[in-house]
This record gives sequence, structure tokens and C-alpha cells, in this order.
Amino acid sequence: MLSRDADSLFWLSRYVERAENTARILDVAYRMASMPISYNDVETNEWESALITAGGIDQFRAAYGEVTPENVIEFLAFSEANASSIQNSFDTARHNARSVRSALTSEMWEAINSAWLDLRRYKARKIKVEDLPRFLNLVKEASLRYDGSAMRTMLRNDAYWFSRLGLYIERADNTARVLDVKYHVLLPQDAPVGGGIDYYQWAAILRSVSALVSYQWVYHQNLRPWLVADLLILREEMPRSLAACYGALSRHLDDLSHRYGTSGAAQRQARATHARLTNRNIEDIFQHGLHEFLQEFLADNNRLSLAITNQYLC
Amino acid sequence: MAAQAIFDEMSGHDGRSRDAYRILQDWLRSAPPQLLEHRREEAELFFRRVGITFAVYGNAEAEERLIPFDIIPRILSGQEWSRLSRGLEQRVKALNLFLKDIYGPRDILRAGIIPPELVYLNPYYRPQMHGLSLNSGIYVQVAGIDIVRVDDQDFYVLEDNLRTPSGVSYMLENREVMMRLFPELVGMQRIRPIENYVDELLGTLKSVAPASSPWDPTVVLLTPGSLNSAYYEHSFLADRMGVELVEGRDLFVRDDMVYMRTTEGPKRVDVVYSRIDDDFLDPLVFRPDSALGVPGLIAAYRAGNVAIANAPGTGIADDKAMYSYVPDIVRFYMGEEPILKNVPTWRCREQDSLSYVLDNLHELVVKEVNGSGGYGMLVGPHATKETCEHFKARILAHPDNYIAQPTLALSTSPIFTEKGLAPRHVDLRPFVLTGRDGVRLVPGGLTRVALTEGSLVVNSSQGGGTKDTWVLSE
Repeated sequence: MLSRDADSLFWLSRYVERAENTARILDVAYRMASMPISYNDVETNEWESALITAGGIDQFRAAYGEVTPENVIEFLAFSEANASSIQNSFDTARHNARSVRSALTSEMWEAINSAWLDLRRYKARKIKVEDLPRFLNLVKEASLRYDGSAMRTMLRNDAYWFSRLGLYIERADNTARVLDVKYHVLLPQDAPVGGGIDYYQWAAILRSVSALVSYQWVYHQNLRPWLVADLLILREEMPRSLAACYGALSRHLDDLSHRYGTSGAAQRQARATHARLTNRNIEDIFQHGLHEFLQEFLADNNRLSLAITNQYLC
Repeated sequence: MAAQAIFDEMSGHDGRSRDAYRILQDWLRSAPPQLLEHRREEAELFFRRVGITFAVYGNAEAEERLIPFDIIPRILSGQEWSRLSRGLEQRVKALNLFLKDIYGPRDILRAGIIPPELVYLNPYYRPQMHGLSLNSGIYVQVAGIDIVRVDDQDFYVLEDNLRTPSGVSYMLENREVMMRLFPELVGMQRIRPIENYVDELLGTLKSVAPASSPWDPTVVLLTPGSLNSAYYEHSFLADRMGVELVEGRDLFVRDDMVYMRTTEGPKRVDVVYSRIDDDFLDPLVFRPDSALGVPGLIAAYRAGNVAIANAPGTGIADDKAMYSYVPDIVRFYMGEEPILKNVPTWRCREQDSLSYVLDNLHELVVKEVNGSGGYGMLVGPHATKETCEHFKARILAHPDNYIAQPTLALSTSPIFTEKGLAPRHVDLRPFVLTGRDGVRLVPGGLTRVALTEGSLVVNSSQGGGTKDTWVLSE
């Protein structure tokens, strides 16, 4: 297929996934901010940490100065200056979708197009903080619908694989970032566990990747910080974990190399990163330093995105 | 073309139903009015859902707009179509021979039939094409000929579109919608199918591939991109033909051969179906500031390694000044009388015509020689005195740039309105395909309709709509 079409599909999926992730980050900030005040004995600013997770705290400070809920919502959801705002993500997604209309199924196109139309209406009327959950739900549903249509209606060929690659690269990036922003509350097994506030922090991390219930099913015990890290980094059965993302990335890159009859740097890198994730245990990672581990992972993930681009998309 | 009652496609001059429309009219009489309203709403939903839109330049508000669709079909009898199609074939054959001659031996200029300056000073004349012998000998693979009528006798050609004619996707989608919405009505008569257009187009494009290309040549559709007003059509046709929809940046030229960038590496391209104006095709040869084109494309074309359809330089044959010579062109190359008539045309470049035009502006339609889309045009009878004066000055400043025609009493066809059926002016754009192996024509075309009462402007950019066009079996 045309490299430009493959590139559009890759980024189309990345941007839809990014919009959903930003929505989840905002959702967690909103929940944390509405937590009973008695738990707030430690000074935390959830809105600020949302900015750090989503990226763009410096840009935000330059444009808005003060971190208020309204400002953060505006910046992450609607700002035109923020390339990764939910609105811009859907604008870019739709632009890409339009340029590869014939590579999309009509269900995928309609998912993107109707979400884009809905969002424009929200933008026009400037939402209040208490309207946020409804808005975020809309974004999540749009992403679900897009993803579901892709899964259910696309031919299993290179177009499908490129769109999946975009999604998993973006998802891995997001999960690693969510963990990294909170790495200071994720502690090794033998470290002293903090008070109630930490519990909410762990729950928030899980919630931001919709894994709170999954945690119970996997571990059958109360929240333990190192298990939260284990779940989101190493457990293949957890669909947003780094290991699961890299399982899917290597699989789809192999699909491509079988179809095309050649493989290259992208396949090698994905396999290497996947192997690193499946051969580690969480104690190792804490020993090495969680923050360092995540930073290395984010750099590797970026390198893979670049390798895919160089090999196929330009 | 004396003034007379306006001819209606359904009811003629006298209000009696014409044969081809009999079944439709009976059906309309028996159909409850709500039914039509419901079906109209369904049709609109369909178009919006599929996203069949077109962009209107200079209208940022409505970047994408639907072309209004009218649910009452326009019908041609088998006999009408067979005469029309013979005329179309004759005209397009002659125009292809004309282009081959102009970029070759120029017999027609030596015979003194066309003033040479009309060719050499024409902005669409491409000296790069001169002396180039095309493998297929075909310049215009896809032509859209705009046809109007004023009675049940004659068809008049209003305009030849020989560069990048558009609208065929609406022709196909309109039929699709009609078959979905009115299966019972469609089933009551023998309507000749048009769905094979896309196959015929692909066949035509493959037939003009360079001699050196493989037995199954690679065809691409070259689009200016998703901001172009006809982008929907480009993606529609590429999709239906199963060929890649490429932009200039997807192609590159190496050693005079054209390749596209694919996920599996460079892939050789044999035929480019171009929907880009010549001007933008190749910045090395035409406009150097073009970011849409492919550097080196024309060199590859001249080397005979790629076919471009339509060929660059076809614009000399479809501008409105050359238009008035087409009947002579048909006689010169075909040795026959033209089957399709031309609308009488005054060339403002000629002194006598100019004074006639200036004196009679209020009854004439004045057009820019190189204009299209209904822009830069004056409809005398509907214009204010002020506009006429304004236009007069423009004509006087550049008389070569204008032609004038009488305002035709264009035929009408009924459309469905809130107040029931009402007649509106229509034209017809059939699409004529020409390959190495001959001419292909699907029965029908795009009927455009001026939705405003009394209006003669059918262009979609100016509020025109479309309807399905039925050609009945003989």
C-alpha cells in the first residue's frame, strides 16, 4: 500500500488512542480532586499531575500561568495551541481518516466523523467542570467505537496492521507515562507503605488505565504498590500493560514481514523490547529503579515508532 | 431558436406527458405526497452518512457541503440516447484528432480553418507536447460534454470539458440511491445500467499504457489532495477501480520512470489518471511553485515510460473561444456534418461581434473564454444595469477574453419541492471514454438542475443540484 496511506492509518489510530488516554487522565484528576478533604492531608495537585502525565506542563504554564481545574480542562480538552488536546487529536484523526477514506471501512469512518461532529458542539459551548464526566465518556465511547469497528470490520491486511501498530505504540507510551508520574508512590515490597492518600493514588493509576477491577481478578488481594506496577508493566493478560502492547506490536510486525517477505529494524527492536519485558520480574525492576526503567522504556518505544516510520511510512 | 414556450422534459411544450415519462408520471400521480417527502429525507440522510460532499472555494464556513439531490429522475428515450451518443462519439473523436494534429503536423492551421493565434496564445497550449507521438494516439481519455436542449428535436453542446471533467461519482451515486429508495418504480421499466462505468474507465486507462508496460499495467489516480473540491470523487473512483489514490508527493521519477512510494518500497507506475490541472503537474516544466506535482513527470512522459490521462495541453480544445470552431473541426477531420449542434456564439475578438454583444448585453450570456464552474459569467436578462455596465468595461478591456451566446430557453424537468412538483432548468453531462480500442459510453450522464425557480445556472458551486438520469431501452 501507499506509504502515505499507511502513515495516515498509523497516526489516525495513535490520535484516537491519545484522545482516549487524555480523557482518562482528566477523569482521574477530576475524581481525585473531588475526594473527601480529610484524605488530603498531603498537599497534592491532581490537576497539575494530569498536565505532567499528558505532557505539556511547560507549554501550559507559559499560556495560562495558574493551574486551575478550568484551565487544565480547557488546555487538555479543547486548546488549539495544544497539539495533543482531545479536540486537536480528533481533528487530526479525522483529517487523516478523510485522506484514507478508501482504506477505512464505513463503520470506522462514521465513528470518527460523528465523534468529531459531537466534539465540535461541546467546544462551541464551553463546558463546566461538573459537565466533565459526560464529555469524557463521549470521548471514551468514540474511541471504543472506532476500535471496535476496526476489529470487527477491517480486512486483516497491512492496512489493519499499521493501524494496530499506531494504537499499541501510543498505548504503551501512555501506560509508561502514567506510571512514571506516580513512580514515587509505587514502592518495593519492603518499603514502608504510606497513609490513605497513597491508596487513592494507586487506585487512581489503575482507574486511569481501567484496571481497578482487573487487579482484583489477577491478584485477589488489597492494593499493593509493587503489584500495581507488576500488573501494568509485566502482565500480558492486562491489555494496557507494556508487555501486552509489545506482544501485539511484535505480532503485527511479524504479520507485516510475512506478508511482505522481508523484515527489518522494526521487527528486531520490537522483539528485543518484548523479550526484556517477559524475562523480567518486578523485583528486578525496582532494584534497577522504576523511574530509570520507565524512562528507558519510553525512549525505546519512541525508537520503535521511528523505525516503523523509516521502514514503511516514508 | 426563436422565443417560445419552454420545453419540459416530462410534458413537452403542450403539457401532455412524453412517452419516456409515462410510467413515471402515472406512478407520481398515484404516490401519496408524504411518501415522496419521506424518500427525499432518506436520500439526504444517505448522502450525509456516506459523506458525499464537495468543497466550495472561498467558503470556509461550509468546508464540506452536500450537493442537493432531487428525487425525480430525468428520462431519455432509447432513440434520443442513440442520436445523442452518436453525436458525442463523433465530436470527441474529432477533438482527439484535432489535438493530435495541433501537437503534430498542424494541417488544420495550414488549411486556414482556425486562426493560429487562438492556438499559440492560448494559456492552455503546451509547447512541451509538440512533436510528441503518443503511443495510444489519444489525448482525451475522459471527456464530459455539457448538453442542453430547447425542444424535443435537437441537442446543443454548451461546453466541452476535456481537462479534468468531474461529476461522474454523482452520476453513479444518484443511481444507487434511486435503486435503494424507489425499487418499485425502477423495476417498472427497462433502465439501461451505468454501473459498469468504473470498469470501462479502468479498461480505457489500461488501454493507453505505454508499450513497454507489463500486460496488467499499474494505474494510479493523481489528486491535488483532500482539500480539493472534487476530492470525494477522486477517492470514490480510486476505490471502485481498486487503484491507489496518490498525491504528487507519493510519486517520484528516477531515470525517466515513475514510481510510487509504498510500504514495500518503490513501485513502478504505468498510467497516471490525473485530476490535477496541467499547470501543477510538474514543477520542472510548468509552474515552478507547484507543490502538488511530480518533478520529472513530463520527462518520463516524453520518454514514453508513462501515460497521462488526459494528456497535458488538452485545454486548447475546450476553451470557449475554440468552442465556436468545433463544428468546423468535426467537418475537417470526420468529413461529416456535426450531429450535435453548437449554441450560436459571438466571439468578442471579432469587431462586428463585439459591437453586437455590447449593444445586446441584456439578452446575452457572456462567458470568460477560460472560465469554468459558472464563475466570471454574466447572465444578461437577470443582471442589473449596474452589473451590465461593469461587465461592459471588462469586455472592452479584454475583448479576446469573452464570448457571448443567446440566453437559451433551456429545457426544464420537474423537481420535488415543498409545494409539489415544479419545473426547473436542467442540463446533462455525459461522460465519453476514449481508449486505444475505441470509444466507450455508458448510457446517461449527470443531470444538473438549477434549484432556484427561473435560474439557468446549474453549477454545483452556485447552488445547483443533481438528479438521476435514466436512459430507457429501445
